[in-house]
Amino acid sequence: MGQIKYQLPAEEILAPGHFACPGCGGTLAMRYALKALGRKTILVIPACCWTVIDGPVPFSAAGVPVFHTAFETAASAASGLKAGLEMQGDHETTVVAFAGDGGTFDIGFQALSGAAERNEDFIYICYDNEAYMNTGIQRSSATPFGAWTTTTPSESPKAENKKNIIEILAAHRIPYLATTSVAYPDDMIAKIQKAKEIRGMRFIHVFSPCPPGWKFEPEDSIKISRMAIKSKVFPLLEIFDGVDYRLSHEPAGTPVRDYLKMQGRFRHLKEKQIEEIQKTIDEEWERLKSKLVSSKRTRQSNGGPLAKERNLFHVKRGEALRKE
Amino acid sequence: MGVNGKDSLIHPSIDKVVVIEGTHAASHAVKLARVQVIAAYPITPQTGVVEKLSEIVSHGDLNAKFIKVESEHSAMASCIGASISGARAFTATSSQGLALMHELLHWAAGSRLPIVMVNVNRALAPPWSIYVDHNDSLSQRDTGWLQFYAESNQEVLDTVLQAYKIAEAVSLPVMINLDAFVLSHTSEPVAIPKQELVDEFLPPWKAEFKVDPANPHAFGALVGPDAYMEMRYKLFEAMEDAREVIRNVDSEYSEKFGRSYGGLVEEYYADDAEVVLITSATAVSTARIAVDEMRSLGFPVGLAKLRTFRPFPVDEIRSLAQRVSKIGVMDRNISFGATGIIYQETKAALYNAPVRPKLFGFIAGLGGRDVTPETIKEMYSHIMNNDTPESETIWVGLKQSQKS
Repeated sequence: MGQIKYQLPAEEILAPGHFACPGCGGTLAMRYALKALGRKTILVIPACCWTVIDGPVPFSAAGVPVFHTAFETAASAASGLKAGLEMQGDHETTVVAFAGDGGTFDIGFQALSGAAERNEDFIYICYDNEAYMNTGIQRSSATPFGAWTTTTPSESPKAENKKNIIEILAAHRIPYLATTSVAYPDDMIAKIQKAKEIRGMRFIHVFSPCPPGWKFEPEDSIKISRMAIKSKVFPLLEIFDGVDYRLSHEPAGTPVRDYLKMQGRFRHLKEKQIEEIQKTIDEEWERLKSKLVSSKRTRQSNGGPLAKERNLFHVKRGEALRKE
Repeated sequence: MGVNGKDSLIHPSIDKVVVIEGTHAASHAVKLARVQVIAAYPITPQTGVVEKLSEIVSHGDLNAKFIKVESEHSAMASCIGASISGARAFTATSSQGLALMHELLHWAAGSRLPIVMVNVNRALAPPWSIYVDHNDSLSQRDTGWLQFYAESNQEVLDTVLQAYKIAEAVSLPVMINLDAFVLSHTSEPVAIPKQELVDEFLPPWKAEFKVDPANPHAFGALVGPDAYMEMRYKLFEAMEDAREVIRNVDSEYSEKFGRSYGGLVEEYYADDAEVVLITSATAVSTARIAVDEMRSLGFPVGLAKLRTFRPFPVDEIRSLAQRVSKIGVMDRNISFGATGIIYQETKAALYNAPVRPKLFGFIAGLGGRDVTPETIKEMYSHIMNNDTPESETIWVGLKQSQKS
């Protein structure tokens, strides 16, 4: 997909002068997300790097309204905000919860699951930098196996695998799920634009490298993002209704070693551990492949409903129930 | 007793009189207030509020979104989201649910959002209890919420309607408390006012500040030490202003609907009393009986009903203090390591007052322990028979074997 020619929406909604670190993946994620969403957007931001990045009072870099909310309430505050707009006759504004991995995988998970189960009509964007970066690099359940953080020091790096948030959300059968990366703005913008047209709960998982937290030079952010995708560490996916899996990009399958070696947070890893990580990646990829194959089979036998029709189905099902 | 509304079930403002539980009185008020977003989670003994509201919304009797959230924490967060969009929002909870909301109570008040919440006062666990006391709401003292305590189901309905008017005037959230079971599950006649009169009294809320893509701003962003204190001062000021707003709204309500609750404090035979008991919620009704009986025997006793806890009615209590020689406070709560909470607050209100009568602090009715007219009379007797209290907390109705 590196060869595809594409044009990004030209308008820069995110203003310069924000408070992000150089090379911040989460800030690129916001920049592209806003390009895809346009100005008729309201952001709900829980405690995360973006609490700081948007700027202190009276400044706000986002260019759209921002409601700063408590750490664990992105999904619940967004649910209420959307309901409030609907009741005032505003059916157009896109409500977006924009949260880090801590606020999504950990402390905000209950509210997220609740909103997903209710199929609330907003977009949840998680910019995943794989640890609590705003508080100074502590492990979250999004931190990968073997990584150093300040709470998983090199003598005892993280011993558990990263939580598979996508599978968990797929199990909620929400209309649209996508993973994307700041290294592929075309992919990210296309997916967020698609999400914008779908009703119900939509979840976008953005792989967002963090130079100070992962210990690499800011100019390598995009390179590291690309390597995460090429090495199958982070598959680029779309999942419709939690069951219909589509791969956005077939990765080359470069060795994970190259990806790990670029980052100080993995410096302590022994060859044996790197092999273990590679094995896990390969196994996970096989599982994903079987889902892709069965999705394709189902699509073929069903004649492959388009996302738009499926979305109508979601909306109509609720209306029909109410009428009965 | 004209003031409490119980004998005013005939008034031109009344649409109908129904016999309903306290929880349903709250639900009817939410409908009359034309609330736009409800977000709630069930907890005994609040469930009646949300069940009735589910019916009302499902039947199309109220045009609102009802978000059936997965926790009280999300209930308050959703109300905050709805309110910052400019919609009128409501939730209801009790006890553990209120405790879970604690962080978001600060968020609602700090965001200056006029959310209204009904809390059914229930004792906190452990040990598990579903019965009344007031530690749940009083633990939320410093969150920036106004707090009302209702004596009757009629007062629940009337106070919810008043609450939106007050909240939207001062940009602060309001909590209306009612006693578990004693009100929540007890049916009483309740006058339902005519919708058109409620609409006149409570027009749609026009938010001065809200999230609006046409006018983008950040809400609740970081501030440094150069601005935080001023924002807190504004909140403090709004709560101070609320005192006058509460009095005015109560008067306006009285003119329109024929029922008044005396603003922040309602006195009962306090004018010529030598001994006055301060208490709140349903214990007030019981205390009225005790006062009637003791007055008929010639005892100069009176009563002050604390309708609001926040803002605390300092002026009203000081005025009372000028007229009586002794004041008792009945607390249906206990602050461990200190005393009853309303006793502390009363004491604090009087410290700089010109006249300071003797204060007696009683703890009674915890975890649903019955408060009967006899319980209240025991308090009056204790005050009359002692020049000063024997200790800072006098536990009434405690089983003797447990007393050290």
